[in-house]
Formats: sequence, structure tokens, C-alpha cells
Amino acid sequence: MTVVSVDPKSGGRLSRLAEVIREIASRPSGLIGLSLVTTHILLAIFSPFIVPYDYRAVSADIMFNAPSSDHWFGTDHLGRDVFTRTLLGGREALLVTGIATPVAVGWGGFIGILFGLVGGRIDEILMRIVDAFLSLPWILKMLVLIVTFGTGIEVLVPTLAFFYGIPVIRIARAATHDVVARDFVSSARARGHGRFSIIRRELLPNVLDVLMVEGAMRWSWMLLAFSSLSFLGFGVSPPTPDWGLMISDSRGFMSFAPWSLLAPVAALSSLIIGINLSADALAKSLGIDRAQKAPV
Amino acid sequence: MLRLILRRLMLGAVTVFLVSGIIFAGVEILPGDACTAYLEREAQGKRLENCRIELNLNRSAVTRYLEWAVNAIQGDLGVSANGSFPITELVGERLKNSLLLAACALGVGVPLAIFLGCVTGLQRDKPIDLFFSTAAIFAMTIPEFVSATVMILVFSVWLGWVPGIVLTPADAPASEFFPEIILPVVVLSMVMTAHILRMVRSSVIEVMASDYIQMATLKGVPYWRIVFRHALPNALLPAINVVALTIAWLLGGVVVIEVVFNYPGLGRMMIDSISDRDLPVVQAIALIVATVYVGVNLSADMLTMIANPRLRTLHTRKP
Repeated sequence: MTVVSVDPKSGGRLSRLAEVIREIASRPSGLIGLSLVTTHILLAIFSPFIVPYDYRAVSADIMFNAPSSDHWFGTDHLGRDVFTRTLLGGREALLVTGIATPVAVGWGGFIGILFGLVGGRIDEILMRIVDAFLSLPWILKMLVLIVTFGTGIEVLVPTLAFFYGIPVIRIARAATHDVVARDFVSSARARGHGRFSIIRRELLPNVLDVLMVEGAMRWSWMLLAFSSLSFLGFGVSPPTPDWGLMISDSRGFMSFAPWSLLAPVAALSSLIIGINLSADALAKSLGIDRAQKAPV
Repeated sequence: MLRLILRRLMLGAVTVFLVSGIIFAGVEILPGDACTAYLEREAQGKRLENCRIELNLNRSAVTRYLEWAVNAIQGDLGVSANGSFPITELVGERLKNSLLLAACALGVGVPLAIFLGCVTGLQRDKPIDLFFSTAAIFAMTIPEFVSATVMILVFSVWLGWVPGIVLTPADAPASEFFPEIILPVVVLSMVMTAHILRMVRSSVIEVMASDYIQMATLKGVPYWRIVFRHALPNALLPAINVVALTIAWLLGGVVVIEVVFNYPGLGRMMIDSISDRDLPVVQAIALIVATVYVGVNLSADMLTMIANPRLRTLHTRKP
């Protein structure tokens, strides 16, 4: 990681984003990943206008129809068009994780930088609490909240944002420790800058790279969590089309109607692989070793 | 050295203590308790009160927490809300099954991951590395329920090689799980192998680029001697910690795998008890899982310290 000590305003946020995207796209794997992600986002936005059928349209006449020119991916156990449902199936997931990821990285990053800067006893205590949270499997923490408060978006977004922000605290704190002892931070202190001014002008620009890679990874873990919850029956409720739910529904019929299983499998996998290829390319071009990080 | 170990043990104990607090508080702030869950719609008036007295729910949360914690330390996890079964017995059976699954996956996954990690690290950017590194990304990022379901479709439904679902009851001896456990173990070790492989690979690359390896090369030490005598012992040290973290992470992933394969382990019990709102069981499982996590991490730290003399001296020199 290279140290930057510039005013964050000089470049402008947008041009930094453009630069990052260009860096990702400069690698073949990154380009593939980025196009997969872009395709999925565009589909999530525009799919309601292009789907050929109503996703709720149930018909007993066309149950388990194999793929044909009428139904490209066949029909499922209720005679619904699998192509339609697969196109629509990522909307909920992308919406929930798309809101929760920035929130998680935002709050986790801020707390991590702040405590990395402040240090001392309070930092020790916070880290013990973070450790305690991390020692519970994600599925347990989330399920307890979801079972209590329901499975709507208004529960899933804060739950995901909260729990996935906790590991970000650790990452941001470690990255802050790397720069906090440098001269430019001491000189900012000597100039009489306050804590938040130091965070904004000196620390954030240096930690931002790490946070971006972390954000991309969190996004993919969150999608994994979201779709696993749907699969287990704790996520989106039917008849909303959702990949996790579709996979769970069609599992029982896989021996004679594998298309209704394979279509959502391909869609979900391509999105998650796309995010990870992009994250990998981003990490490589920023010089951050992703493999050194633990899966949390 | 001893001091350091004691310090780590203390920290581990503190974490478990904090976790138990979080679990208890978390369950406590949920609306409803064991009695409302048990009595369901009849939970009102006299009956609710009697039930609360019977289950000692009428006392303060702090008293109940202390009682629960003291009993848990002594190995008594209380009784479940619905059938009044002793939880320690119920959970013990499931824990044994989950450990069997985890042990099989570790036995397959760790050696394979270390071997492949070394190969890919030494053959960096060659075709074999690109192949396994890409495969690893696929294996670790695709949700377990997706890979598990696809594997059932391919190996059980289409090819008919292995059974796709576990039908053995929870209390059967370990040997009876044999043909049915193959697919769950394959899926679990696939994910695990991917994580550890990536770590070992990057560690091998780092060590091979270091000064002492260059020095050895310049001295004319044969390549395989450099690899086995100088590089690998140093490269594999960090792997201990990653194995530990991966095990801990798998405690979450194993839940999904157990559900997909209908495997009677701790994870499926957790899902069931959460759906049934059997809070004492949820508390007990959470505590066990957290203790396993802390314990695994602790042993990994110890192993690293024993294997790496630098870590020992660095810390003990200070009083």
C-alpha cells in the first residue's frame, strides 16, 4: 500500500472512483468480474420491464415443462416461468446488500479508525467485545434477530449492516495502526488539528484502499448470507422471486426438472464470482494481499 | 513462555465470558421467554405466572445469568423449554456428529490444501497455479448450499455414485454414517481447502522472495533443499492460524451443509431450536460454538508459539 498524504478534496471523489474502476478493468479477470457485476445491476434495475411473463402467474397445465421457445428456462413446480423468475430473482438481494454494504463499511471503518487513533484501554476493551462477537457464527447471530423481528427488508438491512460492520472495525483499526505513527500524522497533531480533522485529512485517504477492498469482500459475504438465509426459509418470503428461495423450492424436483434449479444457481454464482473477481483485481492493483485476510 | 500461555488463556476465558454475556443479554432482550413459547396462546394470567415460577423466570436477570453460567461451567446446560430434556445429553449427541463431520473434512482438506498451496506458490502464475487459484475462488465464494445442491444433482441423482441425503438417526454410532457422509465431507473440505490453499500460496510466495532464500540460492544450495529445508517450514507457520480461523468460520457454514444433507449435527439442531424458539437450547449451542471457536484459536496460537522460536523470545524478554 502506498502512502498518500494529499487533501482528499483535491482529486475529487468521483475521479477516484473512475480511477479505481479503470484499475480493475485493466486486468482480464477484473474486466470479466466487472462486466458480470454490471450486467447483474442493470438487470436488477431493468428486469421488470423486459421479463416475458408475470412472475406470479401459476398454471397447472405447464408444470415442470422443459426449456422451450416459449419458456426459455422451462417452468417450475407451479408452472411459473423460470426465466422470468431468474431475471427478477436478484433484485431483493442486490437491494438489501447494496444498502447494507456501504453502511457496514462506513460505521465499521469509522469506529475502527477512531479507536486505532485513540488507542489505550478503551481500544483494548472494544477489541475484546469485537472478538466476542466474531466468535459466534454469523448464522446464529442473524437468525436470532430475524426470527424475533421478522424477515422484511427493514430487518435484514440493519442486521446485515450491523454484523458485517464488526469485522471491518478490525481491518480499519489495523490499517490505521500502520499509518498512525508516521510523521505526517504527528505533524498534523503538532499543527493542532483535532481528532476528526486528522481522521478526515490524514488517516482516511490512507485507509480508503483497504476499506474499498474490504467493502467488496463484505458485499460478497453478505450476498452469501442473504441467499443462505433465503434458502433456509428465513429470508425473502414467497412468492417474491429470489435465487436462494428458488433453489430451495426446486431441490425436491431436481431429478426430473433440473432446469428450475440450475437457472438460479447459475445466476447467483455468476454474480458472486463477478464480485470476487473484481475484488481480487482491485486488491491486486492496490497492492493488498487478500489471501492474508481471514474469512469472517 | 508460561506467562505468555497463561495470558492467552486468560484472554480466551475473558472472551468466552463476554460471549456468554452477549448470548444471555441477546436472548433476554428478545420479546417473549421460554414460558410464552411453551404455552403459546394460553400464555396469560395465572398459567403464565405459575410457569414462570416453575422455571425460575421470576427472578432478576443477573441472578439467572449467574446461575446459568455457574451450571454451564460444571457441564450442566439446563433443560430444554419444550420437553424438559436435559440439554447436555441432547447436545452431546449432535456435537459428536458435527465433530465427526468436521474431523473428516479436516483430515481430507488440510493436507490437500497444504500440498496444493505449496505447488501453486512455487509455480506462481504458471498454468497449474492459475487453474487451482481460480478453482479456489469458485470454491470459497459460491454459497455452500449452491455447491452442495449441485453436487447432489450431479453425483447422486445423475451419476448415482453416492447417497445424496443422510438418513441415519442422530444416535447411531459413527461408523453407520459412512457412505452418506461422503458428499457433506467433500463440500465442506472443498470450501476449507480453498481458504487454506490461498493462504499457504501467498505465504510460500512471500518466503521464496525473501533475502535468506536468495542467499541460499546464491550459495548454490539445490532447489529442492531450499524448498524443503528453508522455505516450507517458515511458510507453513502462518497456515496454523488460518486453519484455526477456517475451522471457526466453518462452524457457520456447516449449519447450511447439515441442513442441505439432512445431517443430524449441531447446526441443524440450532436451526430447529431457533425456529421453535427453544431459547435454553439456543443459548447452550451458542456457548458451545463460541467456546470451540476460542479454544481452536487458542491452540493455534500456542502451536505457532511452540513452532516459532522468534515469537517466544520476543515476548518473554520483557518482564
